[in-house]
Amino acid sequence: MTAGTPSTSLWMFAAIVASVLAIVYRVNSRNSSRADYYAAGSAFTGGQNGLAMSGDYLSAASVLGTTGAIAVHGYDGFMYAIAWSVAWLLGVLLIVEMLRNTGRFTLGDVLAFRMRQRPVRAVTAMTTLVICFLFMIAQMAGAGAVVALLLNITSRSGQSIVIAVVGILMIFCVLVGGMRGTTWVQMFKAALLLLCIVLLTVFLLGKFNFDFSAILQQASANNSLGQAILSPGTLYRNNTLDFVSLALAQLLGACSLPHVLIRFYTVPDAIQARRTATWAVWAVVTFNLCAMIIGFGASAVVGSSAILHAPGAENSALPLLAFRIGGQALLGVVAAVAFATILAVVTGLTLTASVAFAHDVYANIIKRGKANPAREIRVARLTAVAVGVLAITGGILANGQNAAFLAGLAVAVAASAHLPSLLFSLFWRRFNTVGAVLSSCGGLSSCLLLIIFSPVVSGSPTSILPSVDFHLFPLSNPGIVSIPFAFLCGIVGTLLGKNTHDEQKQSEMEVRALTGIGVRLS
Amino acid sequence: MTYTARSPGAHFVPERGASTDAGNLAGVQAPSVGPEDIDFASIQHSPEFIELRGRLRRFVFPMTGLFLAWYLIYVLLSSYAPEFMGRPVIGTITMGLVFGVAQLVTTITITSIYRGYAKRRVDPQVRLVRQRAGIDRR
Repeated sequence: MTAGTPSTSLWMFAAIVASVLAIVYRVNSRNSSRADYYAAGSAFTGGQNGLAMSGDYLSAASVLGTTGAIAVHGYDGFMYAIAWSVAWLLGVLLIVEMLRNTGRFTLGDVLAFRMRQRPVRAVTAMTTLVICFLFMIAQMAGAGAVVALLLNITSRSGQSIVIAVVGILMIFCVLVGGMRGTTWVQMFKAALLLLCIVLLTVFLLGKFNFDFSAILQQASANNSLGQAILSPGTLYRNNTLDFVSLALAQLLGACSLPHVLIRFYTVPDAIQARRTATWAVWAVVTFNLCAMIIGFGASAVVGSSAILHAPGAENSALPLLAFRIGGQALLGVVAAVAFATILAVVTGLTLTASVAFAHDVYANIIKRGKANPAREIRVARLTAVAVGVLAITGGILANGQNAAFLAGLAVAVAASAHLPSLLFSLFWRRFNTVGAVLSSCGGLSSCLLLIIFSPVVSGSPTSILPSVDFHLFPLSNPGIVSIPFAFLCGIVGTLLGKNTHDEQKQSEMEVRALTGIGVRLS
Repeated sequence: MTYTARSPGAHFVPERGASTDAGNLAGVQAPSVGPEDIDFASIQHSPEFIELRGRLRRFVFPMTGLFLAWYLIYVLLSSYAPEFMGRPVIGTITMGLVFGVAQLVTTITITSIYRGYAKRRVDPQVRLVRQRAGIDRR
């Protein structure tokens, strides 16, 4: 079953792309300094940035994936979505304000603040690049599935062209718009998305006389799993530990994602960073509540087997529901918003990767902190092009792979490689260079090794390499092992490094993190 | 708010010490003042700063523990007590769905409580520390 004629969707796509380009072009006036290009001059308000943050956070994977998972698997899909909301509390309570006060452009600024600069920045830049790259391929690969459904492009080469177009648009947005352009694009997209989702939810509720129980009843009647979608176990019955591991990784990783963290540098101070997080929480929770209703609604109105038989399978729940409710016009709107989502999120990721390379690797490691700012920006732009080309290639090669798995892996890496060293460096006085390097490296390598030796890669019919079997680790998500391991590495490394921590820098970091004293001076 | 207004040339004024009037001269200091000119160690050991750190940590650490435990209860009940979570509560709405929505509600609630607490108890103390340090003038 395909939904709608491509021409309506094509026009909506064209309108979205035109708006994005217009926004980027309009705000590019000042992009000459590093502060402008990397952090939009830190001039956004908390409200604006909060909206943009929810744009970064609600990627195509979570918008289409969450609604689809709820429509098909019911309860277990919803449980997965909740981790994304609750994860914000970690950021709100422990991370964002201190991060804003301590850092300037990258996560490396915070982690290397009181450590030896070169090793810590090298490791942080590496983990940032790995995470951005995994996440970006996930988004790009997902883009193939989305356009297959929405534009009715089913040939592999046609999808590859679409992925390449997304990539080229993304590179353009980053080069011309910098962080300011990217932020406005995110705000535009997040506003459209939330409006679209809320209206769809209200409409759906109206259809069932605002009786959620009736929606659930209809949903289980039209779902091949029946009543089972209302209780746990449709997705994770035989691997409960695997689910706990996944939930842990989501909870701890979502707020350690580098493109989420560096967005806090676009506001002037800690109070605005707190407002950013508060706004983002409201937006994300609203989205997830609506996603629950839309997911069950899609099962009720469209039916699970129709969803699974559409091109794009699970991912098609939201577009199919839109088609049933509002015909081709509404489908076009949803399709265009989904497209804008992919474009905006990959743009944010490209920018993050290019800033990490230019600021941490080029300026602070190669040039030892004495780089010419103008050259540093040129390096950032070149990196953006290189990352973009790599992402296009990776996206075309990974087209058809499980996008959610790649995104999940990126989050697990973030939770293992970033969170322990971030928390230690903010809260543990004795934490030192050896601890930071060991924790990030340990987290990254354990995460990747466990994935390679998991059933995801080999040894089961659904693996990436189904014909061979070298799996040693029983779970498909490494979080439950790799996150505690990274914390342990941090502690062991710190003890091995003995008294190498810098007392003076520790005082400076703690005072600065809590009060912002010293921020503009550095 | 004085919190955001920064005078770029400000100095830290030690509680006791020779250069007590440096803060008053903030406006005429050379622009080359760097973070090395601020005595972070004595700010860190000042009672105002210790009070600030205490207020923040006394709130965020227990709250973090609370939400982690509450979330863990939800995940573990879903994983290991599916019959309980599948029990219908109102019409076809099951216990687990109520728990799930409750997670979203507590997320909003904790964020709001924290925001209020920070506004009432943390931000004024930050302003106090900054004033004592001569970063912001009264």
